[in-house]
Amino acid sequence: MTSSPVTRTRDGVARTAVEVRLEELSRHYGPVVALDRLDLTLQPGELIALLGPSGCGKTTTLRLLAGLEDADTGRITVGGKDITHLSAAKRDMGMVFQAYSLFPHMTVRQNVAFGLRLRKVSPAQRDKRAIEMLDLVGLSTQADRYPHQLSGGQQQRVALARALAIEPQVLLLDEPLSALDAKVRAQLRDEIRRIQLEVGITTLFVTHDQEEALAIADRVGVMREGRIEQLAPPTEVYSRPATSFVAEFVGLSNRLPGEVRGGQVTVRGVTLPLVEHDVPDGRVVALIRPEAVTMASRASAGSGPLVGTVIAVTFLGATSRVTVDLGDTTVLAQLPTSDAASLPAGSRVALTIRPDPVLVSASADPAGPLAGEEV
Amino acid sequence: MAAVTSVGETPAPAAASRPSGMQARRRRRLNIFRYVVFTVFGLFFLLPLLAMARFSLEGAKLGTWSLTAWKQIASYQGTGVPPLLSSIEITLELAVITCVVMLVLLVPTMIWVRLRVRWLSRTMEFLSLLPLTIPAIALVVGLGPIYNRIQHYELSALMLFWVYVILALPYAYRALAAGLSAIDVETLSEAARSLGASWFTVMVRVIAPNMRQGILNAVLLTWALVLGEFTIAYLLLYNNLQAELYSINRNTPNAGVIFSTSVAALLFAFVLLLILSYAGRRRRGRG
Repeated sequence: MTSSPVTRTRDGVARTAVEVRLEELSRHYGPVVALDRLDLTLQPGELIALLGPSGCGKTTTLRLLAGLEDADTGRITVGGKDITHLSAAKRDMGMVFQAYSLFPHMTVRQNVAFGLRLRKVSPAQRDKRAIEMLDLVGLSTQADRYPHQLSGGQQQRVALARALAIEPQVLLLDEPLSALDAKVRAQLRDEIRRIQLEVGITTLFVTHDQEEALAIADRVGVMREGRIEQLAPPTEVYSRPATSFVAEFVGLSNRLPGEVRGGQVTVRGVTLPLVEHDVPDGRVVALIRPEAVTMASRASAGSGPLVGTVIAVTFLGATSRVTVDLGDTTVLAQLPTSDAASLPAGSRVALTIRPDPVLVSASADPAGPLAGEEV
Repeated sequence: MAAVTSVGETPAPAAASRPSGMQARRRRRLNIFRYVVFTVFGLFFLLPLLAMARFSLEGAKLGTWSLTAWKQIASYQGTGVPPLLSSIEITLELAVITCVVMLVLLVPTMIWVRLRVRWLSRTMEFLSLLPLTIPAIALVVGLGPIYNRIQHYELSALMLFWVYVILALPYAYRALAAGLSAIDVETLSEAARSLGASWFTVMVRVIAPNMRQGILNAVLLTWALVLGEFTIAYLLLYNNLQAELYSINRNTPNAGVIFSTSVAALLFAFVLLLILSYAGRRRRGRG
């Protein structure tokens, strides 16, 4: 992601998207470390999603970049210019908030034009620009309505139009979809991505929703305790997690005991390659994705390390999640619903583990809860 | 630029449900109870006012009607006191000045405390409500020396606005606090800041317009307080409307003009209340 897309401006002059650098940023709230010397670079026109559990520092990062809070230490540059000590009003950043933030006493048109009015743009120009932006988010017909007359999704679209109307250098999205219902959330998520690509603006998107982050971002930064554990494209974060925290936070993982020997791990008799090759020999917990587990019906009552009984089948639409009891542990498998249909609860099945590279954890508790949320 | 298909999110109107017989009876009983309470309390407040109005309209002979007392409002002068009209003017000016000073002091301070120094909000609430617990006479004793000094410079009764701002503080504070808590001040101000607004713009163009109802309520309460204030003005030897009415009654008994002026003041406050309520309602229902 090194290209420099061009942002269109009010007067038609092309403007190159900018690079954003956060260097060694730290922020403390009393004894609590919200950000711990965080480094992050957004390439011009790139959309980075920061993902992590509550309190990991993702919103703090965004607020420091917006200028709504001050960093204890560190430096922020936008397009090479140091803005660390610049007030929020002078940072030239558009922001969409988690809570509905439209000004209730202004119409949609006035809301979108507010930033332009502050910049002393002529009434005719700002009206034209407001309608242009409302067109972009599909709400130009609602220009004369008040925020309370719009649905939540429409309000967030207007907020996006308002943020983009000032032609900011950077777009900041602070969980803008979290207050919306699932259907609207998915629709608006795709619209945000389309508009971001169309405008070509450097964007930081903060979310706690993995699906959102993986679907929308060029790169996903998984945060934990004020630091970024992994910053990589979504497919890499999912399939080659850098740490056990990332593996457990993004998607579901089976935690199965295994033994590392000679750069490979053996789990219930199956030898699998490792993501990290420098793991010392010894007992570990292997983190295996449910979709890496397949199964076949087993008519005989024979036994083996990967033979068990289906105890639950959860329908998820195109796929189903099958929980199999192996006697000493349970394993989750994600199968096409058509395959899972032939495996009702109580069936005897033989599991197969696909030889994908797996991550191992030194954690001694393989019976610990399955981490992460459903993707 | 391509347009986005609008998401069909318009909520369907709630289906009207037919109340059951028991619910209808309960609702009827509740309505009757409401009307009875409303009527009893209405009469309780209205009868003395009607009696005052009737008294102000009585002619020289029993059973006759006259507008003399109402006509006298503009010209009446009791013995040893300034013209009635001048005290009406002073009181109205005092009300305006008190409202303005109170809003200028309180609105930005409350917004600022809410946004930037939230830990001070408890202290501010305590200080603002404190005048409620101080009797007027204690205030007069405390403020006496200051006002004696002011009187030394022969300043007008308008100087009473200082003490009236203090008196109005608890009521105005509660009204403004209610207005402030009805909006998401933090998000609105951050949204405005990110769009390039200065703190002044945030307060004047974003927060204050959304506290409109709270501001109107604060103005109304302050206005009513100043119009009806007697104790402090009288004890500090200033002539506001109430003190003047009392002086007229004591020195040159003319009950007619006292009651016509009181009814006029009440009507004025009532009309103001109607205007402010109408303005607030129109705002809420706009669009």
